Amino acid sequence: MATQLLRRRASQILSNANPNPSSPLSLARSFSSATGPIRATLFPGDGIGPEIADSVKQVFKAAEVPIEWEEHYVGDQIDPRTQSFLTWESLESVRRNGVGLKGPMATPIGKGHRSLNLTLRKELSLYANVRPCNSLPGYKTRYDDVNLITIRENTEGEYSGLEHQVVRGVVESLKIITRQASLRVAEYAFHYAKTHGRERVSAIHKANIMQKTDGLFLKCCREVAEKYPEITYEEVVIDNCCMMLVKNPALFDVLVMPNLYGDIISDLCAGLIGGLGLTPSCNIGEGGIALAEAVHGSAPDIAGKNLANPTALLLSAVTMLRHLKLHDKADRIQNAILTTIAGGKYRTADLGGSSKTTEFTEAICNHL
Amino acid sequence: MFQGQMARRSIPILKQLFTSPSSHLTPTRSVTYMPRPGDGAPRPVTLIPGDAIGPLVTGAVEQVMQAMHAPVYFERYEVHGDMKRVPQEVIDSIKKNKVCLKGGLATPMGGGVSSLNVQLRKELDLYASLVNCFNLPGLPTRHENVDIVVIRENTEGEYSGLEHEVVPGVVESLKVITKFCSERIAKYAFEYAYLNNRKKVTAVHKANIMKLADGLFLESCREVATKYPGIKYNEIIVDNCCMQLVSKPEQFDVMVTPNLYGNLVANTAAGIAGGTGVMPGGNVGADHAVFEQGASAGNVGNEKLVAQKTANPVALLLSSAMMLRHLQFPSFADRLETAVKRVILDGKYRTKDLGGTSTTQEVVDAVIAALD
Repeated sequence: MATQLLRRRASQILSNANPNPSSPLSLARSFSSATGPIRATLFPGDGIGPEIADSVKQVFKAAEVPIEWEEHYVGDQIDPRTQSFLTWESLESVRRNGVGLKGPMATPIGKGHRSLNLTLRKELSLYANVRPCNSLPGYKTRYDDVNLITIRENTEGEYSGLEHQVVRGVVESLKIITRQASLRVAEYAFHYAKTHGRERVSAIHKANIMQKTDGLFLKCCREVAEKYPEITYEEVVIDNCCMMLVKNPALFDVLVMPNLYGDIISDLCAGLIGGLGLTPSCNIGEGGIALAEAVHGSAPDIAGKNLANPTALLLSAVTMLRHLKLHDKADRIQNAILTTIAGGKYRTADLGGSSKTTEFTEAICNHL
Repeated sequence: MFQGQMARRSIPILKQLFTSPSSHLTPTRSVTYMPRPGDGAPRPVTLIPGDAIGPLVTGAVEQVMQAMHAPVYFERYEVHGDMKRVPQEVIDSIKKNKVCLKGGLATPMGGGVSSLNVQLRKELDLYASLVNCFNLPGLPTRHENVDIVVIRENTEGEYSGLEHEVVPGVVESLKVITKFCSERIAKYAFEYAYLNNRKKVTAVHKANIMKLADGLFLESCREVATKYPGIKYNEIIVDNCCMQLVSKPEQFDVMVTPNLYGNLVANTAAGIAGGTGVMPGGNVGADHAVFEQGASAGNVGNEKLVAQKTANPVALLLSSAMMLRHLQFPSFADRLETAVKRVILDGKYRTKDLGGTSTTQEVVDAVIAALD
C-alpha cells in the first residue's frame, strides 16, 4: 500500500505543472506524508463544539483517514503575543501542519482583546473563504438544485475597519481594493475551479456604480481568466445575481466576490440549502494553509445534551480532505453523510428528526 | 333531510361563487372619493423611455393610459445611458411637472460615466426609493405570503461616487453616512408604515463590522421609532436578513436600509416574489417623484428581449398605477391594478420571465381588454 501511495503522489506531482499559491506546500507535504499520517490541528471550540468534533474523529477513524489530530483549546487568559485568547502555540501548530478544523467559537465579551476569528484571519493570512453549497438530497428546502461554490475575498474591501467621524453627524467608511488581494483570490478561484472540475467562474461586482474599486477587482479577474481558457468566465452585477440566485440557483457554478458581497451572497446561498447548520466552509491562507470551520454558532443551550447536528463540521472536514487531495476518502464520507440524511431514519432535531448526535454519527459510520 | 340535501347541493355553487377568478378582483367601493372641482384636468407627466426595453415598456403604459382615458398626458424626453449628464431640459420638465415615469437607463460598465439613474436621483434629491414586493395571485413562486416594502436611502452611502487611486494597484472608495440623510429616510419609512397601516419596520445593517457608519444609521432609526409607538421596530444584520428572506419571508413587513444593502435586499425580495419584471417601485423626494420598474433600474434587458419584443411590462404598469394614486386618481389606479392582476391570474398572456411565451404587445392588449 505504501508503494501505491508513493506512485499516486509521484504521478500527482509530475502532472501538477501549474504553479499556484497552494501547490508548493502541498508538494512538500506530499513527500513527507507518503510515509506517515497527516497532522492536522483541531479546535473543538465552545458549546456544542466538543461533541461535534468527537463525531468527526469517530467518522474519520471508521473511514481510516490517515489524519492525526492535534487538539488545541482556547485559553482563558489573553496571550500577549497574539492579543487574544488563542495562544501562540495553537497558531504555530496550524502554520506547521498546514491544515486545521475549527468548531464554533464564542468570543468572550469584553475589551482589550481581538475577536478569535479576526485573530485567526490576520495571523494566518486567511485570504479566501470557500463555501460549497449543495442541496442535501432528502432534506427538502424550496430549492432542490443548488450546486455552487462561493469564494469570497476575506481580508480587505468594506471590512477593513477604517471608519472615522468627519464632523458630528457625518461618518466615512473606507472600502479598499488592492490589485494584490484581488489577484490572489481570483487565482485561487480559478485554481479551485480547475482542480474540482468546475466549468464556469462568475465574478460578482457593482462596477457600474463603484467603477474604480470593483473595476479593479474585475480587471484582476479578467487577467487571471485569460490564463485558464478552458474555464468560462462571466461577470454579473450583484443585483442581478441576487435575483437570479433566488429564482434559479442552477445558473451559477463558482462565484468569486469581494468581501461584502461575498458575505451576503454566501449567507444567502447557505439559506438556500437549509441554513448555517448544514453549510461547510473553508478558509485558505498564504502558503497553502487551509482552515475548515463550522460557521454556525456554539448553541450553548443544547451543549452537552447530545442533540447537536454535526453535519456542518463533517462537511467542512470533507472540504479539508479535498484540499489535501484525498478525494476518494472525501467522496466516501460525503456519500455516507448524504445517504444517512436522505434515508430519513437518523436525523437530528434541527432537521426534523429525533436522533441523538451519537446515533447519527454511528449511522454515518455504518453507511461508509 | 330535505334541508340537508339543499345544503349539499348548494355547496358547489357557493364554492364557485366565492372562487370565481374575478370575484375577489372586482373593486367594491362603498364610500366614494370626492375630488375637488378641477381635479379632473389632465396632468402632465414627464416620460423618459430610456434604453433597450425601456421604450417598449413605456410604450405599453402609454397605450393603457390612452385606453383608460386617464387624465394624464406625457411629455417625452429622450435620455440614454451613455450621455454624460441628464439634459437640463429634462430636469426642468420634471421640476415643473413634479412627476416622472421612466424606463431604465443602462450604465456602461467601468466606463468613467456615472450612472444616470443615480445622477437623476441626486439632482432631484429623491432620497427614498421604494419597492413593493408581493405575491401576485396566480403566479406560482417558491415563497408564499410575501408582502414586503423595501425603503432604501437613495443619495449617499456606498453610492457617493467618491473613489480614487491611492497608489497604482490600491483603490479606495468612501462610504458616507450622515445623520441628516439617515434621519429623513427613517422618518419616511415610519411615516409610510403609519399611512399604509403597516405593522413592523425592520432596519437592515452591518453595524457589527461597520460600527460607526451603520451605527449612525441605526441610531437615527431608533430615535424615529420612539415617535411611533404603535409600530414595531427591530433590527437585522444584512447577511442574516438575506438568509431569512429565502427561508421565511413572511416575517418581514417594511424594511428600511442604507443604499447598497437596499439594492441587494430589494432585488432578493423581488426575486422571491416573482422577479424584477413584475415588482413596482418609485423614487420620491420632498418635491418630486419618479416612478420606474421596482428593483434593478439599471437592468435594461438584453438585445434578444428588444428584438423579440418580449419584455415584461407588468412592473412599469403597476408602477404607473402607483403614480396614478400619487396624482390622486384612485379610481383609475384601482382599475389598472385590477386589470393587470386579472391578466396574471388568467395565466394565458405571460412573458418569458414568468414562464410564458407572449410578447409585450399581447400582454398590453390583454390588460386593455381586462379593463372595466
